[in-house]
Amino acid sequence: MQTNPPLLATAGLRARYGKVEALHATDLTVASGELVAVLGPNGAGKSTLLRAIMGLADGAGEVRFEGRPLPRGDARAVAMRGVILVPEGRGIFGPMTVRENLDLGAYMLGHARGEIAARMERVFALFPRLQHRQKQLAGSMSGGEQQMLAIGRAMMAGPKLLLLDEPSLGLAPRLAAEILETLGRLNQEGLGILLVEQRAPLALKLAKRAYLLSVGRVVAEVTPDQIASPHDLARYYFAAA
Amino acid sequence: MTLPATTLPRRSKLPPGLLRPAVLLPWAIGVALVAYVFISGGYLVTVLGFAAIYAIFVTGLNFFMGYTGQVSFGQNAFAAIGGYTSAVLTTAYKWPVFAAMPVGIAAAGLLALAIGYPTLRLRGHYLAMATLALGLIVQEVAVQWDSITMGYTGISAIPALGAFGWELPNDRAQLAAMLAALALCLWISSRLKHSRLGHALAAIAGSEDAARALGIDVARYKLLAFVIAALYAAFSGSLFVHFVSFVSPEVFGLHMVVLGFTMLYVGGIGTVFGPLVGAFIISLLPETFRGFKEYQDLAYGAALIALLIYAPKGLSSLGRFFPNKFSGKREEDQA
Repeated sequence: MQTNPPLLATAGLRARYGKVEALHATDLTVASGELVAVLGPNGAGKSTLLRAIMGLADGAGEVRFEGRPLPRGDARAVAMRGVILVPEGRGIFGPMTVRENLDLGAYMLGHARGEIAARMERVFALFPRLQHRQKQLAGSMSGGEQQMLAIGRAMMAGPKLLLLDEPSLGLAPRLAAEILETLGRLNQEGLGILLVEQRAPLALKLAKRAYLLSVGRVVAEVTPDQIASPHDLARYYFAAA
Repeated sequence: MTLPATTLPRRSKLPPGLLRPAVLLPWAIGVALVAYVFISGGYLVTVLGFAAIYAIFVTGLNFFMGYTGQVSFGQNAFAAIGGYTSAVLTTAYKWPVFAAMPVGIAAAGLLALAIGYPTLRLRGHYLAMATLALGLIVQEVAVQWDSITMGYTGISAIPALGAFGWELPNDRAQLAAMLAALALCLWISSRLKHSRLGHALAAIAGSEDAARALGIDVARYKLLAFVIAALYAAFSGSLFVHFVSFVSPEVFGLHMVVLGFTMLYVGGIGTVFGPLVGAFIISLLPETFRGFKEYQDLAYGAALIALLIYAPKGLSSLGRFFPNKFSGKREEDQA
């Protein structure tokens, strides 16, 4: 029986900064409609992994999306296939308004105003605060609102797979939980998500599987029930050391 | 088909906050100044003419540096190409001015396309150095290619602005034509800044990687901004040679770049009207300090430092310190 290929599959994916290899041969998969977490301490290579998938980092290896290879070194072509990155630090355009940021999210749609309006409607339903702040400069919003905008802008692109880099970073616990809850809803509606997160308990509430990264390597693939406490995480890391 | 309730809001015909006193006052002063110069005539017409030419040059520079967040020290090269093409065609080959000008502008655009394609792969300091080299090379060509450019002697008796065998009769008429051209250039700049292209350029200025990850063709848009900046520079160079009836290599030297940068930062980089404000203030400042005699340069330098300390985002940004009851929260374009 022929099975559908995973939504995303990396094989021997490597990335380097200059001569330093920050991500060693990494194999991972995300099935269609699955939310997979990538956990690890600072400097583990989590952000590099997402950048490598997008083609924003120098490196080698293969990334397949919907069974076909993703072009390397061409983030634009990757985005056009439906893989959208919400980068660490949000990557919003501070001097532009909320509305202009959202419009840029739908850049690939061209002038399809009806479709752009429909997607914006959907983003405002997900994050009603953005609707009230459409004319506000993005840089003047709070961290939580900026994160909502970053995710909203990514949703404007109509992603098939969302790559999220530390969406809870710098946010109050309540706000972080609110944002992750929204991500959970999006996933339940069928959106594939690869979630990089330092706050393991939050991520493991949503994810069905998680990859543990340490010093640029995947050291374990776990399910949430295998990580009952922070000690379990530490055990995996020390076992790999 | 009816669109959902959140379709794009109807855009006001007037930019937000245009009617604020803090915005109206500088405009009123500017209009009064131009009117005074037209009435009094004389040397100030020349000063204002140079200001208008530089405002066009800097508006182009603003496309590449302000809107797109890149850096170029070589825009004087394109001004030289526009200026020399116009000068040579109208003097040696007796072309009419309005036929020669577009040729110079097109030549600069084509060179920008050819140079920009490989050069714009560079970033930051490397791009700055490459463009600086371009400016130096073009100036050296202007010096050495004396069979065409007449070297340091320069080309004189360049016809004044005009069309169909008719020349604008005096400096005031030329100034009026250049102010009209400046208005057109600013209008284009404003339209492009608020267009899909302008938003894409702003995204590139914010983060090239983030822009790429949204599907924006960064390389293409950077090249486009570079070419637009070159077209503006060539147009200003061409206006210059017809306004002063003379061109030599020194006219388009490195000082043009330095002056352009100063105008851009003093006026407000990344704003539509910053280049206009900067060009007029920087052109008029030396005249203002003429009474200081031998201390004129000292006073000019001190005024520049004060401007950059107290208005680090440029004079265009000063409107934000005044009450804003007519507009929304967006304020950066209002000067």
